Amino acid sequence: MSGTNILAMVIGLALIGGIAWFFWGPRKSGARAAVTSSGYKEAMILVKGGYTPDVVVVQHGKPVRFNFRREETVTCSEMVIFNDFAKSAHLPTGETVPVEFLPEQPGEYEFTCQMGMLRGKLIVE
Amino acid sequence: MIETKTQRSQGAARDPVCGTTIDPAQAFATRTRGLEMLYFCSERCVQQYDREHISSATTGVSGTGQLRRIELAVADLGGQQGAKRLEEQLKALPGVWQVTTNARARLLRIAYDPDKTQVETIVGRARAAGYTLAASTTQLDIGGMHCASCVVTIEEALKATPGVLAASVNLATQQAHIEYVPGLVDRKGLARAIEQAGYRVRAESVPAETALDRTEQDRAKEYSSLLRKFWFAALVSLPVIVFSYPQFFPGLRDWLPPESSALRIAWAFLGVLTLPVMFGGGSHYFTGMWQALKHRQANMYTLIAIGVAAAWLYSSVAVAAPQLFPSQALAQTFYDVTAVVIALVNLGLLLELRARGRTSEAIKKLIGLQAKTARVVRDGTEVDLPVEEVLGGDIIVVRPGEKIPVDGVVLSGNSSVDESMITGESIPVEKHAGDEVIGATMNQTGSFRFRATKVGKDTALSQIIRLVQDAQGSKAPIQRVVDQVAHYFVPTVMILAVAAATIWFVFGPQPTFIYALIVFVTTLIIACPCALGLATPTSLTVGIGKGAEQGILIRSGDALQTTMRLQTIVLDKTGTITKGKPELTNVVAERDFDEDELLRLAAAIERNSEHPLASAIVEGAMARTLALPEVTNFKAVPGHGVEGEVEGKHILLGNARLMTTHHIALGRLVAETQRLADDGKTPMYVAINGQAAGIVAVADTVKDESVAAIAALKRLGLEVVMLTGDNRRTAEAIGRQVGVDRVLPEVLPQDKAHEVQRLQLEGKTVGMVGDGINDAPALTQANVGLAIGTGTDVAIEAADITLMSGSLAGVVTAIEISKATMRNVRQNLFGAFIYNALGIPIAMGLLYPFIGVLLSPMIAAAAMAASSVTVVTNANRLRSWHPKGTQREKEKRS
Repeated sequence: MSGTNILAMVIGLALIGGIAWFFWGPRKSGARAAVTSSGYKEAMILVKGGYTPDVVVVQHGKPVRFNFRREETVTCSEMVIFNDFAKSAHLPTGETVPVEFLPEQPGEYEFTCQMGMLRGKLIVE
Repeated sequence: MIETKTQRSQGAARDPVCGTTIDPAQAFATRTRGLEMLYFCSERCVQQYDREHISSATTGVSGTGQLRRIELAVADLGGQQGAKRLEEQLKALPGVWQVTTNARARLLRIAYDPDKTQVETIVGRARAAGYTLAASTTQLDIGGMHCASCVVTIEEALKATPGVLAASVNLATQQAHIEYVPGLVDRKGLARAIEQAGYRVRAESVPAETALDRTEQDRAKEYSSLLRKFWFAALVSLPVIVFSYPQFFPGLRDWLPPESSALRIAWAFLGVLTLPVMFGGGSHYFTGMWQALKHRQANMYTLIAIGVAAAWLYSSVAVAAPQLFPSQALAQTFYDVTAVVIALVNLGLLLELRARGRTSEAIKKLIGLQAKTARVVRDGTEVDLPVEEVLGGDIIVVRPGEKIPVDGVVLSGNSSVDESMITGESIPVEKHAGDEVIGATMNQTGSFRFRATKVGKDTALSQIIRLVQDAQGSKAPIQRVVDQVAHYFVPTVMILAVAAATIWFVFGPQPTFIYALIVFVTTLIIACPCALGLATPTSLTVGIGKGAEQGILIRSGDALQTTMRLQTIVLDKTGTITKGKPELTNVVAERDFDEDELLRLAAAIERNSEHPLASAIVEGAMARTLALPEVTNFKAVPGHGVEGEVEGKHILLGNARLMTTHHIALGRLVAETQRLADDGKTPMYVAINGQAAGIVAVADTVKDESVAAIAALKRLGLEVVMLTGDNRRTAEAIGRQVGVDRVLPEVLPQDKAHEVQRLQLEGKTVGMVGDGINDAPALTQANVGLAIGTGTDVAIEAADITLMSGSLAGVVTAIEISKATMRNVRQNLFGAFIYNALGIPIAMGLLYPFIGVLLSPMIAAAAMAASSVTVVTNANRLRSWHPKGTQREKEKRS
């Protein structure tokens, strides 16, 4: 096997490892939702190719309001779904859409776009 | 406040308007101010006073010390009994002077002293007592809000406005949510309060439904932008293809020979030409990739962007520095791949977007049902108002052929109303005073007036729209698997592409570098995560929308998927299989007695009885147009029956015990009674002048369509179980009549859920059909709870599936919809999985060692675009679906 080939294989393997780590590797912990005057745990979530922040920490038994703001026109992200709370919302571009619910059980819940490609995590403590 | 003359105090009084001293007894009119009485000399004076002081339901303005009157519409007064209870509750409040209720119009009139109590207190008390007041909620868009403290200022300003029950302002959305009593304040009043606090109120805030409209508008914008990008990429593709392969074009062949500098210049020109295609026509792939990468996520855009960028970069290196390549044959360009792939994938997205718009057609149709205007009686005149301004409690006039704007109760007039758009039931429903009407249904022949009970977002239609939207946004359990796959899909494809390229480079034939590049680009481009992601949601949207069109509200994807798997269906007898209301079924006359005469006398005496079975006999007599004579000496004997005198005859009506007490020989009637009881009927003996005269029997009769629906359910392979509190004999009689497989008799209401659980323990997936109010625990216990309801009273919240038509046929349709939708989902998923499972290995060149097949990246792009369009088109096929089960049964019978 020539040197070029060995080099190619090393680069290939490195790329594969890099892709796996980048997309599936450990992530940093999320943002904590703040309590507002209305008594809700509120968080502003930017929708643009993904959710920012994409991990939000709230407390159980406290009502939660997530304000989604979608700043892109691609139709992939036009809805957000909290399947565990049976909530969903259409997110028109450039508008802030509140989604309210009451997490009663601690645990980790997902919120996704309608196709499950964009993901965010809700950690209920 | 007009007082009766008896309450007037004695002695002279002064008219508070003109100052004249008058004799209270001679006063033209009186008013109270606090506890003080005021007397007026003339009409003019009292009118002037009224203008300045008196409150009215529509203005809500009042001077201090003045009693205030409000009218509140109550959605669930619960008849005379409930009305009385509410009156007592409210009268107990300090400061409430007078409470009157109108049970038929469901209206509550209260006079109270605003110094001692507040509307909020009254409303709170009524709510605590379990009544639903038709309070309205609205949203106002607020301008000029920049800080958190503004929130408090506006909320306080709103809460200080009379009639406002609750107000919350959201800084993020710049919106105020206000709950208010419609009679006391209106949107204009609320807007004024906000403006007085120093903020602006923007034009009409739009209700939630229009979020869908705006999503539509976004889609339309996205569509036109994609269309532009497609045309641009397609137009540029033409010269790019021509100059990439000059050897195929006779004129160019000689002009641009291979490895000539002329060809290199032409290629360099193509490189520049495709740049705007990549970053203009394909800009969304790059921005999409970048946004996702920031979140360490990958999507379809990532694949396409890397694919076309790799092709472009390779080509540009080949043009700019061909000496870097070991052989000149390797220094080829793939600019055509960049341009054509972007054009094709854009075309796929365009078609997909258009098809996806059609999947939500059902909900658009529902939203379109909403009436635009209402003819409301205000101050005695009829005015046309936008439907948003109709308040709970308003009186609305509906003429023939008009749409009923909101939910309410008919006050006067008769008509037939087409409710098919809500209930799916095609036969028009007769409406008389006291009947409920549903907003968005179509009035046909007569005209009538009705009082609005539910307006705005509380109407049945609004609730249905919200439910359907939520359901369409929910996920079927099958999708959780898909979601997991989607999570790993794109990075896996990238890994496979790198692996394939490496393998081709190391082990492949010459020129390895080119093969490696082609395989890398093709693998990235052929993979279609969109087909996977779209497979379930699009079918679900169409299926749930289809259900709504048929009057079947499916609450979630979960319910839709489970319905398909049902093995046993439990039907609650009363109100589900039967009408839930007793009817006269048999009249048996002894020799010497006439049947009509017997019924006439029986009905006459029963007219005085309050027993629920009595009204069935009276209605039965009415149906035969018998005139009912007067009754004297009426006496009810609890546990036995009734007795009385009619036209000089002594009549006894009741059970065997009553007859025994009066020593009446029953003879052959005993056997007759037994036979009727065996059929599940309730027979009652009638004796005239101490002699057994015959039997009248009543029964809760079976709904016309129940038998057909049960047969259709059995044909779908379900075990049909009837659940009832009746004794075994009666239950089995009805069970035989309607043809159920199994009867569970003598079940107490609280044990229904337990019976459902017992069936589940037999290992069956159980669906429970009930009325949603009494059967709520059983509906929850069942794998799928189906609530049967009619009109506005449906307990939409209680069940997984709500059947608006109130007919068992809906159960059959619901199961058929579930099966059709899930079949569609499986087709889509199968298609998407098979496509990727075959396409990716072929693109990686798996077939090359065997049959020498290697895909071109452009074919991959076409395949990828086609696959996601196919998925959406297949989901749209569901739109033409029609229920068939019960239809066939009906045809067989006729």
